Amino acid sequence: MEHTQSFRFFNRGPSPAVRLVFFSLLSLLLLFVDARFKYLESTRSAFSILLYPLQQMVSVPGSLWHRADAFLTLQSNLIRKNDDLRQQHSADAVKLQQMQSLQEENRNLRQLLAVQQQASYPMQLAEIVYAERDIFKRKLFLDKGAQAAVQAGQVVMDDNGVVGQITRVYPWLSEVTLITDKDHAVPVQVLRTGLRSIVFGSGDTSELALRYMPVSADVQTGDTLVTSGIDGTYPPGLPVAKVGRIERDPAYPFARIQCTPIAGVAKQRQLLILSGLPKLPERPEAAPESVTPDKPKKIKRKKP
Amino acid sequence: MSASLPKNQEFLLPASNLFIALSLLAALLLNWMPWQGIWLALRPDFVALVALYWCIHKPYRVGIGMAWLVGILADVANASLFGQHALAYSVLAFGGIVLHRRVQMFDLRQQTLQVFPVLLLTYAAYAAVHWQLHGYVAWEYFAGSVVSALLWAPLSMLLQALRRPRAEAEL
Repeated sequence: MEHTQSFRFFNRGPSPAVRLVFFSLLSLLLLFVDARFKYLESTRSAFSILLYPLQQMVSVPGSLWHRADAFLTLQSNLIRKNDDLRQQHSADAVKLQQMQSLQEENRNLRQLLAVQQQASYPMQLAEIVYAERDIFKRKLFLDKGAQAAVQAGQVVMDDNGVVGQITRVYPWLSEVTLITDKDHAVPVQVLRTGLRSIVFGSGDTSELALRYMPVSADVQTGDTLVTSGIDGTYPPGLPVAKVGRIERDPAYPFARIQCTPIAGVAKQRQLLILSGLPKLPERPEAAPESVTPDKPKKIKRKKP
Repeated sequence: MSASLPKNQEFLLPASNLFIALSLLAALLLNWMPWQGIWLALRPDFVALVALYWCIHKPYRVGIGMAWLVGILADVANASLFGQHALAYSVLAFGGIVLHRRVQMFDLRQQTLQVFPVLLLTYAAYAAVHWQLHGYVAWEYFAGSVVSALLWAPLSMLLQALRRPRAEAEL
């Protein structure tokens, strides 16, 4: 059917301008909905599934071209690339060997570490139930006792350092003597120099003292004291205190060295109980003693 | 076809709906071809050209609604927003329908000049939507309208040739 002007008087529907307005508005509506609300994603995906084979078909010439291009590469190019890859491969093989040996070594070290950690530091988390309000005997009570296999002599620490030692075990509770307790002794080493000594509590929760250190001893303000592990009660290497004030008076044989505990001795609520300490062989002709915080002190006193 | 055409009046087969649909589909496929780099900027819009051809030569068969539908398909394929191509092609079809008598009075070279503003308007509509949504316009995009306009003559000749009766086709 040919359309000439004479056919105009037939009803052909709305004029082009009206159609343009209608379809423009429709487009704008779609645009608005699509841009604002993302409602049309499912419609779009349905359409795109329908159109997918067509799109694949369209991309066929391009991929064919690429394939032909790959097929027609020069032999010299291939040889050069092959050489490069061979060199790269040998270099990589050497690196791989090194890495394998390193991995093996790492695995061994890790095993050792795990063994050590399991041997020396199984920990229990315990919470302070209450603190005794005797000014001169500051003791704590933890909520783990003999039921939780807590034993007297075990070391109590927080995440920073040593807090004290368990001195008495009840079925459901255990009593902790703080390292700051009067005359409680901890055998320590100066971390910087390895100098062995003993740190004593002073009765004040913020103060410790290094006694019986010669005036000439190599101790400086700020030195860290860690447990030496010589006594067999404290595992070695736990941080205990930091050296504060040092008074070296030539009139006295010993220097007066004041330290502050590293652990928050009076602040914590949760503490860790270390257990499973390695048993040391019995000291020859040592008098049998009960496990008290005084024990390391007595042994150490003879030593230095 | 208008009977008032003075020259260049050749006998053409009536365009079947199938032929129109196939030509539009072929144009869509051409548009979906993976163009890259500088070619992407210079990519002519085959769909716009074919739709414009039909709007000028068969203004009562291919109208704004058809162009809009094709535009929706193009939107899906190009992952543009729904309605972006549809809006542009609606404008294009409107231009083609309004100008169809005028364009047919010229020969192909002169038609190119007539068609170019319509294509430019189409591209501008598309770019305007993009600018409204994303806040910037890539000016090299408009190079495609020039290329499209230059392709008008060859494409018209091709479609005319396809509509010409073959020698063995009896009438």
